[in-house]
Amino acid sequence: MVGAALSLAGRDLRLALRQRSDAGTVVLFFVLIAALFPLAIGPAPDVLLRIAPGVIWVTALLAVLLSLERLFLADFEDGSLELLALAPTPLSLLVLAKCLAHWLTTGLPVVLAAPVIALLYGLGADAFLPLIGAMLLGTPSLSLIGAIGAALTLGARRGGVLVPLLVLPLYVPVLILGALAVDAALAGRPATPHLLLLGALLLAALPLAPLAAAAALRQAVE
Amino acid sequence: MPLHRFANPGRFMRLADRLLPWTGGLSALAIGVGLYLGLFVAPPDYQQGESVRIMYVHVPSAWMALFVYTCVALASAVALIWRHPLADLAAKASSPIGAAFTFLALVTGSLWGKPMWGAWWVWDARLTSVLVLFFLYLGHMALMTAFEDPARGRKAAAVLALVGFVNVPIIKFSVDWWNTLHQPASVLRADGPSIHPEMLWPLLAMALGFKLYYVSLLLVRIKSELIEARLRALNRVAMASAPAAQQGG
Repeated sequence: MVGAALSLAGRDLRLALRQRSDAGTVVLFFVLIAALFPLAIGPAPDVLLRIAPGVIWVTALLAVLLSLERLFLADFEDGSLELLALAPTPLSLLVLAKCLAHWLTTGLPVVLAAPVIALLYGLGADAFLPLIGAMLLGTPSLSLIGAIGAALTLGARRGGVLVPLLVLPLYVPVLILGALAVDAALAGRPATPHLLLLGALLLAALPLAPLAAAAALRQAVE
Repeated sequence: MPLHRFANPGRFMRLADRLLPWTGGLSALAIGVGLYLGLFVAPPDYQQGESVRIMYVHVPSAWMALFVYTCVALASAVALIWRHPLADLAAKASSPIGAAFTFLALVTGSLWGKPMWGAWWVWDARLTSVLVLFFLYLGHMALMTAFEDPARGRKAAAVLALVGFVNVPIIKFSVDWWNTLHQPASVLRADGPSIHPEMLWPLLAMALGFKLYYVSLLLVRIKSELIEARLRALNRVAMASAPAAQQGG
């Protein structure tokens, strides 16, 4: 059962590797939008430092959002989603596998690109580690919660515009906690409470989000 | 569960027609009594003076925003588990009402906040989570109508409503869990209401009136959904038989 799920994740990864440009587009979007703010607000370093945590997190959110539509769409259109729904492996486990592949191709590149943005905003070394830690804990939750939105809008008219509307209210806790973690580190306070809460959110999302997404997927293929 | 009797549209419409004059009339009475007590009889606040009277609209609207979302989540659960045909119609009909109450709560809160706090809006836990609730309502309404097949839209919206229900306890306890500018709970608390009875009674009357108003509006909207479904079915029958009649005639 777990083997089937892992082979699904492997297949998604192989497909994503064949189209390396997709992951690259996400990272490029992330860096580009984050680079726009200093151009618009001006290069004053204290201002940039002040807005850095928020900007990094919001642009990471938007970058992940950009790639969510494609999570189930290809499988839905060529009919493999119906086969997945009929498989003996529980659909929620398969959704978890797809979310893992999605995170490896979207969330993880964003986390790896975050230090570049931190550099552009003059974020000090003491905030680096909390930033990476918070993003490592937060981005998987973004993939998981986003999977619910992607599953709900399969086959909808203008589904691409609908996914952000559905998913962003649910992203708010991750955004707030992630930005607070980096803020706390910048102010010299421990970021541990926020990181622990982010971890708690991830642990709650890991079983619950695939369940909700699987229920939504079953409605899409019925 | 005898509720499946009312899955029959005709039976439901007859029940709704019998209930509506009562719920509508009692709602008007309760709101009238509540407004009279709240605006004229209840004492002004020792700190806020007369502007505390916005509370008699703001607090019941906020209560209704949460209550209606709970109803939507409950109806969604019933629709997904027992597949009662009226349950997802009830969720579809309730959602815009809840969104309107949330909007009313946000606007009246804003109007109250300007003289009291000096700001139209603050990003504290209570206000932020109610704003998230408003977006959840709008997303629910958008998802409902996003599909060609209305049944698919209702089912997808049911899943969304259940996922978003986690926001409701967050809103309720936000004033306890976080350091908020919004005042803590004074009515639904473990130690009982801490508000003066002269202010509590108008509040409860308005809350009852708003609830009965919601029920009346819900009955009317479900009736119109059922009539719409009947019209669609009649249209389909008419269009299916028209060409045959043309060929025969």
